[in-house]
Amino acid sequence: MLNDQYQNRKNVIGGLAILVVLIYILRLINLQIVDDSYRDKADSNAFWKKTQFPTRGLIRDRNGKLLVYNKPAYDIMVVTKEMADLDTLDFCRTVGITKEVFDKRMREIRRKRGYSPYTPQSFIPQLSSMEYAVLQEKMFRFPGIYIQKRTLREYNYPNAALLLGSIGEVSKAVVDAPDNDFYVPGDFAGQNGVELTYEKVLRGEKGVEILLRDAHGRIKGSYNNGEYDVPSKPGKNLMLSIDIDLQAYGEKLMQNKKGSIVAIDPSTGEILALVSSPTYDPSLLVGRQRTKNYAKLVSDPLKPLFDRPMMARYPPGSTFKTANALVFQQENIINRNTAYGCSHGFHAGSLTVGCHGHASPLNLVQSIQHSCNAYYCSGFRAMIDNRKYKKVSDAFEVWKSHIVSLGFGYKLGADVPNENRGYIPNAAVFDKTYGKDRWKALTVISLSIGQGEILATPLQIANLGAVIANRGYYITPHLVKGIEDGQIDTSFIQKKVSSIDPKYFEPVVEGMHMVMTGGTGYYARIDSIEVCGKTGTAQNPHGADHSLFMSFAPMDNPKIAICVVVENSGFGATWAAPIASLMMEKYLKGYIPKRKKAVEERMFNANLLPKN
Amino acid sequence: MRQESSIWQNVDWFTIGIYVVLIIAGWFSIYGAVYNFEDTPFWDFSVRYGKQLVWMGCALVIAVILLSLDNRVYSIFAYIIYGVSIISLIVTLIVAPDIKGSRSWLVLGPVSIQPAEFAKTATCLALAKLMSSYGFRLGNVSDAVKVALLFALPPLLIILQQETGSALVYAALFLVLYREGMPGVFLFLGLCAVVFFIVAIRFGEEPIIPLLPEESYGVFLVMLMAIVVQCGFLYVFLKDLDSVKKLATANVLLFLIFYLVYRIFDYPIHFTYVAYFSIAASVVYFIVLCISRSKLTYLGIAAFLIGSVVYAQMADYAFTKVLQPHQQVRIKVTLGMINDPQKADYNVNQSKIAIGSGGFSGKGFLNGTQTKLKYVPEQDTDFIFCTVGEEHGFVGSVAVLSLFLALILRLIYLAERQRALFSRIYGYCVASIFFFHLAINIGMVLGLTPVIGIPLPFFSYGGSSLWGFTILLFIFLRLDASRMEYMAN
Repeated sequence: MLNDQYQNRKNVIGGLAILVVLIYILRLINLQIVDDSYRDKADSNAFWKKTQFPTRGLIRDRNGKLLVYNKPAYDIMVVTKEMADLDTLDFCRTVGITKEVFDKRMREIRRKRGYSPYTPQSFIPQLSSMEYAVLQEKMFRFPGIYIQKRTLREYNYPNAALLLGSIGEVSKAVVDAPDNDFYVPGDFAGQNGVELTYEKVLRGEKGVEILLRDAHGRIKGSYNNGEYDVPSKPGKNLMLSIDIDLQAYGEKLMQNKKGSIVAIDPSTGEILALVSSPTYDPSLLVGRQRTKNYAKLVSDPLKPLFDRPMMARYPPGSTFKTANALVFQQENIINRNTAYGCSHGFHAGSLTVGCHGHASPLNLVQSIQHSCNAYYCSGFRAMIDNRKYKKVSDAFEVWKSHIVSLGFGYKLGADVPNENRGYIPNAAVFDKTYGKDRWKALTVISLSIGQGEILATPLQIANLGAVIANRGYYITPHLVKGIEDGQIDTSFIQKKVSSIDPKYFEPVVEGMHMVMTGGTGYYARIDSIEVCGKTGTAQNPHGADHSLFMSFAPMDNPKIAICVVVENSGFGATWAAPIASLMMEKYLKGYIPKRKKAVEERMFNANLLPKN
Repeated sequence: MRQESSIWQNVDWFTIGIYVVLIIAGWFSIYGAVYNFEDTPFWDFSVRYGKQLVWMGCALVIAVILLSLDNRVYSIFAYIIYGVSIISLIVTLIVAPDIKGSRSWLVLGPVSIQPAEFAKTATCLALAKLMSSYGFRLGNVSDAVKVALLFALPPLLIILQQETGSALVYAALFLVLYREGMPGVFLFLGLCAVVFFIVAIRFGEEPIIPLLPEESYGVFLVMLMAIVVQCGFLYVFLKDLDSVKKLATANVLLFLIFYLVYRIFDYPIHFTYVAYFSIAASVVYFIVLCISRSKLTYLGIAAFLIGSVVYAQMADYAFTKVLQPHQQVRIKVTLGMINDPQKADYNVNQSKIAIGSGGFSGKGFLNGTQTKLKYVPEQDTDFIFCTVGEEHGFVGSVAVLSLFLALILRLIYLAERQRALFSRIYGYCVASIFFFHLAINIGMVLGLTPVIGIPLPFFSYGGSSLWGFTILLFIFLRLDASRMEYMAN
């Protein structure tokens, strides 16, 4: 043994250990013997927090017609710990699965992360009420089998699938998102359309019911008579700006055609109808058949899941001449009396832009009436090559900023999750293609007639109709008219004023009126309503051209602005104009007069889908 | 052959007996914590109690190997082992994957090991080697610096791995320094630091008097305690009873007068200023005494007073700025500043319920409900003692505590009987580390110390921890077995 002066310190260290152990023993005496409240707490400790799912908000149309509501669905949950006495074969027969499926599913459940044999695990999701009823009768014979009630969506109309959107199980990415404090795996959330944009409004707030369990996990009733339960708060109801009858009518007109209809109330920016064709029945994407049907829709060559009115981009064609007419006036390049000649087209050196036969020269109103190409080529050249702008690129940027102020080139900001911004090139794009300042009006002359590099969505073209209808402003188009106990976004109330003076709209409106009385839209006029319209043809390098029509009515105090695109159907007057006319008449009058029944019938029955 | 047989004769079978009982009891606790009422065999290696059996088998092999090695190996290779262990800590820091915020696991194929568990042994060996080297004196500044560097490096690296709990264990080695001659006042100052910190945090947000909410009661209390401690120092180190009487009288009068003014006239007194005044006066008084009596000790006491004031001011800052939010919450829970059984103090609350519900004799093996239903978190690792408390009650808990106490006292006894300084210092290291783990882990489970994630030796599930403690212990048993080979000096 070593001898040293600090030897006695072993007693201090040993004493310290004894002291600590003594303190802990005293604590144990207090916890385990003196204080018996812990025993009670342990009994009441066995909480099971059962989530109460809120009912999702309902969706109605602008007239209060119920579009989307909830129906109950039932998830079969299993608590593996309690399944020892389960008659597996009887259970499988009742729910209509084989023993192999049952065993496979049980193996998957046991392997899942966070698996506990004491808590309910999802076994089969989303039984319908019928399937549930069969099971319900025998439930008492199936120990360890529980039912979790959920709500699924149910649709009153087979229409408006894409704009309504659907709900589906949340992805792992959503659950793992750092700011997620709501979703757990297995929850449902809006996946597209209004269901996605207004997810937070529609979903409501979850509640919790605190249940007690014994040492074997069996439920023994609610905790403190439900004093601490939090009831779920139902989601808020939405009222859409859509008129479901108009929507259904539009979808019927567009059946067997590819294309879009966008109808807007210009005074409010409310979207009245938003047709994307071909479409599908929204109830296909509900419940257990969702996955299967979704796969089918994805692989459909006609792309029914492609939201055409929001995402398809076309050159706006002649409808764009109205925009150019506004810009040229604003820049004092032309006034309503300016006339340009047209000799079957526009000729400059070797360049020719053809035009159809009509009187010459034409003034501004007539140029719209007859959709004269030469007029806009001349006007465009007069502006872009004008010496009052220092350079071509400066002139072009001025042109571009006016076009943007009319709603082109950027997302309008509608309440849909997938709006496309279209495309308006800036001067830099041409500088890059042709060399800096090595281009002029003739280089990009097709922009004057809405062809070439520019692209617009049907929503943007309809919005141009609304700007003209309003003589100078628009309100961001939107799908939701009202939220229960809430306000719609302020951007859906404010006027977005264009950079064009209101007085320059009158000749354009007049021209568009003439289109309907003595121009390309004559056959799409409506009795007793002054309609303004403009046909267009979007050049399609991949096949037949797309037929376009932009319109609003009535001429004074317009109630509806519309854009119709029928793909691969040729000239605008043939298909797009009559469809737009029927839509407006239906909306404004509420019926289609006898005189037009034949046209309506022809539109219903026409099949313009590509033949293969 | 002769030497080998003598090892098996000389090894301390009493300690080995405790060790075996502890790991077996530990395994049954893990089995109880993980058991699901399902008919899984003991040796199902896909579950934790099955794996623990494998770890235990390996631990016994390790123990036999350690006992078979030459006893001189450990002191000869002490620094090399230390160096390897530091390198492995650095490598871990660089390559370890992030597991729940901690970067302390080295993943080698199917096996994950935690080098921090082995670094303890290496540090103990190196510390023993350094302090037993010829001419070493703890009072010597350069030697003290060497010691400080040697045992500050591993915890620093471990803190960088986000394993604050494992790093705190090294504080236990102060007990070894104390045994080897570090003045006791350092332990006392350490105690003061802990107590002052707790008081400053616990009462930091309360006002001294309601009229002046900006004055922290915590800071004031720390200053009061420093004033009391100064009198203690004066008596213990200087036997200056005269000054003690003067200071005590002056302070009592000072605080009493201001307190009466406050109570009678309801006048808002800045008591913090009163305490500042008292301490400033004391400091001046000590400086005068230091000069007139030529005793530096007075200056030391003055420094203690000033240090305490600064420390009290900084404690709150350090608490909110240096500690991470979850650590702050754990400390606040222990100090009873948060009472939120469903959230912040969920773990500790559940663990107290589990233990408390065990009663005197427990619910019986495998009958614990709290641990079974997974209310207690980490029930098979850090909170394993809950299973003991719930299933075996007071009797079982006291039995386990007693076994640990017996082990620690036995280790101290063995350390004291060593003839080689190296062996004795190492033995104290082992005893201190076991003591620290016991005190913190069980304290945490009982809600007496903050939740610090360190395992209960031999009980908590995990190969690294079991092997780490086995190595730590059996190296000492090997040294002890050869104690007679050394000449008494």
